[in-house]
Amino acid sequence: MTVSIQLEVNGKPVQAAVEPRRLLVHFLREDLGLTGANIGCETSLCGACTVLVDGNAVKSCTMLAAQADGASVTTIEGLSQNGELHPLQEGFWEKHGLQCGYCTPGMILSANYLLAQNPSPNDEEIREGLKGNICRCTGYHNIVEAVKYAAERMS
Amino acid sequence: MYPAQFDYRRAGSVDEALSLLQENEDAKLMAGGHSLIPMMKLRLAQPPVVIDIGRLDELKGISEANGSVRVGSLTTHADIAASDVLAAHCPVLAEAAGHIGDAQVRNRGTIGGNIAHADPGSDIPPVLVLLGASVHLQSPSGTRSVAAGDFFQDLLMTDVGEDEILTHVEAPALGAGTGAAYLKFEHPASGYAVVGAAAAVTVQGGRCTGAGLVVGGVSATPTTVDVSSLVGTDLSDDAIAAAASGLDAEDPIGDIFASGDYRVHVGKVYGKRALAAARDRA
Repeated sequence: MTVSIQLEVNGKPVQAAVEPRRLLVHFLREDLGLTGANIGCETSLCGACTVLVDGNAVKSCTMLAAQADGASVTTIEGLSQNGELHPLQEGFWEKHGLQCGYCTPGMILSANYLLAQNPSPNDEEIREGLKGNICRCTGYHNIVEAVKYAAERMS
Repeated sequence: MYPAQFDYRRAGSVDEALSLLQENEDAKLMAGGHSLIPMMKLRLAQPPVVIDIGRLDELKGISEANGSVRVGSLTTHADIAASDVLAAHCPVLAEAAGHIGDAQVRNRGTIGGNIAHADPGSDIPPVLVLLGASVHLQSPSGTRSVAAGDFFQDLLMTDVGEDEILTHVEAPALGAGTGAAYLKFEHPASGYAVVGAAAAVTVQGGRCTGAGLVVGGVSATPTTVDVSSLVGTDLSDDAIAAAASGLDAEDPIGDIFASGDYRVHVGKVYGKRALAAARDRA
């Protein structure tokens, strides 16, 4: 069987028929070509697949595409506006918040959700907010700096 | 990592979900999917039909009336953690929900899905048992409620019948003079509780008039510790330590991360800390 879904992805309407077991991350990557959401652990621990669903950070490896019917989804590809990097993207660049980059899209979307909830978080709140995103390169220090940079730019 | 194939049905009401359950043998209800989808991806669960109840607004929300709080089964952990109603009337439930997983997990996971899954490392079950909460279930033949202490039967096993939907939980609001706390020793990777201790004490005129301690993660179901020795005391650190050391589990669970004996030991330590935190809030 297939399930008909209609949703908005990065501001654009999308219509599709998906297998019930199609995970949102596979739908985004393979059907829509939005490969920014990465597949890491596949067990809802690492956060590499984090996207925003109706403004909430969620792990797209643990959500069916069918569950996203009617939702508005934002991936890393949808953050920059008119060719300008989002302040968080700029912050990760300026503060060297990445090395290999695999966790970065998820980190940025989790940070985006955090800043929507708490526009000026302290270091501890940033670390708590990014608890669901694992980075094996940076030791997190520069990621915290990058989020603080963005928070200042966005305030 | 894909789940096995299944048919997907979306329920528009509790009644429709109940009919779909009756029509489809071995179907599974899915709320946020944060317990079921991982089980399905690991092929530990292969339901032929998944009934998505995630949009049933009638099962969402938090309210307080007549001295008890009511939390709809589809209320997310994020909403529970941020609830003003719970902050005022039952903050320990919000505290425990705020410890679950991480922000993304709390945005999708629901209290109903959490307790129906009944993972021994879950944060909510010991708190519900501590509070003397009731779990409310609906089936085609009517509704019933079961005490949280009877609801959790074994590892991943609850009292929910095949034809039933968990609609909400109810817990008594914490009264004046009562403090409660949930403290957790967390698995650093999974975020599950290796051990989680929920404690409450009531203090009147400087003396303890009631105390409770329930520890999760030690056994398949939440372990209630007899801390009645605290009643009548001034809740000194020594009295609390002695009471918490009464934690005993006949058949503690162990895994590669923490043996059963270690969990019992940590349970005593966290039980002591949770009781002390509850005292300081009373």
